Amino acid sequence: MKIIDFAKKMDLYQLYDSKDDIEIEGVYIGDLLSIVMSKAKMNYAWITIQTHVNIVAVAELLDLSCIIVVEDMEVEQETIEKAKEHGIPLYKSKESAYETACRLQSMGIK
Amino acid sequence: MKYYYDLHIHSDLSPCASEDMTPSNIVNMSYIKGLNIISVTDHNTTENLPSFLQLCDNRGIKFIPGIEVTTKEEVHALCYFMKLDRAMDFGRLIYDSLPDIKNIPSIFGQQNIYNNKDEVTGTLDKLLLSASGYSLEEVCSLAHKHCGTMIPAHINKKSNSVLGILGFIPPGLKINFVEIHSKSEINEKVIKKYNIIKNSDAHYLTDISEAVNSIELNNADEIYKYLFINSLLNDCGTEGS
Repeated sequence: MKIIDFAKKMDLYQLYDSKDDIEIEGVYIGDLLSIVMSKAKMNYAWITIQTHVNIVAVAELLDLSCIIVVEDMEVEQETIEKAKEHGIPLYKSKESAYETACRLQSMGIK
Repeated sequence: MKYYYDLHIHSDLSPCASEDMTPSNIVNMSYIKGLNIISVTDHNTTENLPSFLQLCDNRGIKFIPGIEVTTKEEVHALCYFMKLDRAMDFGRLIYDSLPDIKNIPSIFGQQNIYNNKDEVTGTLDKLLLSASGYSLEEVCSLAHKHCGTMIPAHINKKSNSVLGILGFIPPGLKINFVEIHSKSEINEKVIKKYNIIKNSDAHYLTDISEAVNSIELNNADEIYKYLFINSLLNDCGTEGS
């Protein structure tokens, strides 16, 4: 899917997007990074309220397709810079994790 | 010589601590157990520290003003200070940044402030278990500005620890020490860059450490050189808060 279409369909605010196309093969929701590191998989979209710079390292480590920060949490500049540095698409949503997950589901992502 | 310490004790001001955790009880129990250096680290407040300082002086125990801050990420971070007044300033900043969620005494217990005669002189309204508005890095630099140091708490516990919440210790974090929870497993690789302290995290009198964890010092005042970054000591007093 074109990344621009993805953000539009999902009503996401782009903090950083690095790619033309985005591959999403699954979704993981979690805010404890130690658990995310052991559960999320490659090409998953990750929904979280955690905004610390470590989220980018976790996404990089697992090769996640993108990070979606929900509940309109304020994301530190350092985190955005790190996402640029590592080429990790980073989005923000005003919606809850549940609403965001529902949107992904309605787009056919299981 | 060996100085026995426990630098993570909660007074009754912490909502989760027992009502028996009054200043006199904590200091006397520490004395009986043979501790030489203690710190009281209530959640997100320093309001009980002044009473402890006086009581510890009377018992010949070295008291380090402390606090256990809940960072924005909900990581527990211990902060220690060289001077009580700077600790109090720091504590007020942290308390002021807590969300305006009121404590419910029937659920969490009273958040009692004591004088040095164990009389309750006031209570705190805001629930101290909430997260402050400062990130882990911000807490660290704010502590340094107040002639203090930060030590991530019980890093090998699953809840409210830097490893549990942030997955790993952020590489740029300006810390020398980490606190290890004795009853949980620890990956030695993770901590090899850091010095270690072990404390009780006591919420009940009986939980206060026995004289088991010690630091080799010539005198109790050297604890600052041991715990704090040396360069920070030299800068102290020149920083405005």
